[in-house]
Amino acid sequence: MFYRENGQFKTSYVADQQIFPIVQDRLVILLLLAVAFVATPLLASDYTFRAILIPFLIMSLAALGVNVLVGYCGQISLGSGAFMAVGAYGAYNFFVRVPDMPLIPALILGGLCATFFGILFGLPSLRVKGLYLAVATLAAQFFSDWMFLRIKWLTNDSPSGSISVSELQVFGLSIDSAQSKYWFCLGILVVMALLTKNLVRGAIGREWMAIRDMDVAAAVIGIRPMYAKLSAFAVSSFIIGVAGALWAFVHLGAWEPAAFSVDISFRLLFMVIIGGLGSIMGAFFGAAFIVVLPILLNQFLPALFGLFGVEISTADVSHAELMIFGGLIVWFLIVEPHGLAKLWSTAKQKLRVWPFPY
Amino acid sequence: MAFFLETLLGGLMAGMLYSLVALGFVLIFKASGVFNFAQGAMVLFAALAMARFAEWIPRWTGIENPIVANVAAFIIAGGIMFVVAWLIERLVLRHLVNQEAATLLMATLGITYFMEGLGQTLFGSDIYKIDVGMPKDPIFVLESMFEGGILVNKEDVIAAAIAAALVAALSLFFQKTTTGRALRAVADDHQAAQSIGIPLNRIWVIVWCVAGVVALVSGMIWGSKLGVQFSLTTVALRALPVVILGGLTSVPGAIIGGLIIGVGEKLSEVFLGPYVGGGIEIWFAYVLALLFLLVRPQGLFGEKIIDRV
Repeated sequence: MFYRENGQFKTSYVADQQIFPIVQDRLVILLLLAVAFVATPLLASDYTFRAILIPFLIMSLAALGVNVLVGYCGQISLGSGAFMAVGAYGAYNFFVRVPDMPLIPALILGGLCATFFGILFGLPSLRVKGLYLAVATLAAQFFSDWMFLRIKWLTNDSPSGSISVSELQVFGLSIDSAQSKYWFCLGILVVMALLTKNLVRGAIGREWMAIRDMDVAAAVIGIRPMYAKLSAFAVSSFIIGVAGALWAFVHLGAWEPAAFSVDISFRLLFMVIIGGLGSIMGAFFGAAFIVVLPILLNQFLPALFGLFGVEISTADVSHAELMIFGGLIVWFLIVEPHGLAKLWSTAKQKLRVWPFPY
Repeated sequence: MAFFLETLLGGLMAGMLYSLVALGFVLIFKASGVFNFAQGAMVLFAALAMARFAEWIPRWTGIENPIVANVAAFIIAGGIMFVVAWLIERLVLRHLVNQEAATLLMATLGITYFMEGLGQTLFGSDIYKIDVGMPKDPIFVLESMFEGGILVNKEDVIAAAIAAALVAALSLFFQKTTTGRALRAVADDHQAAQSIGIPLNRIWVIVWCVAGVVALVSGMIWGSKLGVQFSLTTVALRALPVVILGGLTSVPGAIIGGLIIGVGEKLSEVFLGPYVGGGIEIWFAYVLALLFLLVRPQGLFGEKIIDRV
């Protein structure tokens, strides 16, 4: 009734090629942005910021990057944690070693380090495909785990391998309160999401999708597989690298190589698959699901068991969390294998014809 | 020279153990096209069940004979793995037929989390030991050829022998029995197998069961070597390069791949490790597998991947 595109005529190519061609979509997005930038910081508590919102924003950014590679270009990667680590340590080294290095260029340089690492480990994708590639990308993961543990130069010769950053500033404004961290992450996320959206609907995004759908056919119609695949690896690992740098700098503050273990890679892939392969929106949904679910379980499980009068230890709670987390993921994959983004688009379609479905 | 041979032998033994875990991957992938990440969790689960029942049975029945306890625990753990296999097929795989490889992969990761949680809830999360009476003392062989001989771990030899026996038994099962033939038919072509009346669902249960038994045996061996603990799940990550090196669809590939990776890992750690700070064996195995893949993208013995448009 109120979600219709009837009567919205496009009179120019610019109008036709907008990201959100329907007025209502634009309004909703503006509203969402207003809520995210203005309302949430006023309402949320310090705990919400640190435990939920900031991890959610950074993980969405990382999931966005993974989605470029897995969802749009079809190359399953289990090495995302490694790209995050390279981004984080790269940014750290630029930040610490170059005097007066501003934060944003350090993040971008960290992302570029991840890009080189990504291209290097993306090279096998030209020859190795499918599940073989997925396992092969684990090489990146274990190599980075080893590299940041053993090569002391990379961790500024810190004896324990744990490093930290402090006194972050952007344009003279210090980023230490939870709110300022939130705004900073949100700003970067919005810019990156916009860039990614434009990339995937442009020529290069169409090349990635052609490669994903059938690489031989894509090569036959004149798409260079090498260029398409490596550019997907480059863009994806840049985004993941920036997300990794943010995760380390803004969320953790002090970290060690174990912060970017293979578990992070798995979780990122979960986000992308549960959110929906090949959808920008899906990355946000998936990140929300995977970030919030463990926190919810952690909060509610003891209360739930208490309701039945069962006293359980924290170890049992963490095991039950694992079980429920795993069970929900399997259940979700069975119920909606195309992810939350699919539910979203179905809902939009329903709304379009409501109240007279034909 | 003696030291080199010693490392080589150690690598071969370790490789045999990797191929045991890898075998579980290959069996399931061949028959159902699922890349089963849960193999590591299955190893942990089976080993936990076996360790705890071996501990509980003497307490419940009063029989103090360790052989009886171990055999009974092995059988019970095997039964539990059967139930697990049946449940996985019934509750998960049946609903995910024809999904993308990535979705199936993630589903088995979900199963991994679930089984890790369940196993530790049911059986506890401390370090347990499996004592099947494997001798721990090292022996020296070839003393006539080299001064001092070559040090070999007896436990490793027995483990490798068990692994070899299991592989032989499995190949017999696959080649000589009716069920084995049905399994091979399903592995070859799902549709063709179904159209001549082979029940896919039952075959999948059988395959997951066999993989469960393989997991149990590898859990037993690894468990008696390292102790049954959570870190046993990482054995799966160590075995992954073996799987892709040998080829996802090849049983002999899992064996040869295991030997190559085992030897490569040990030799690199001993001869290359000191120059770069040590601890390189995990990623070296992956890089080694990757190098082989660059030459043969389907692994050493995998079926040739044919792209059709």
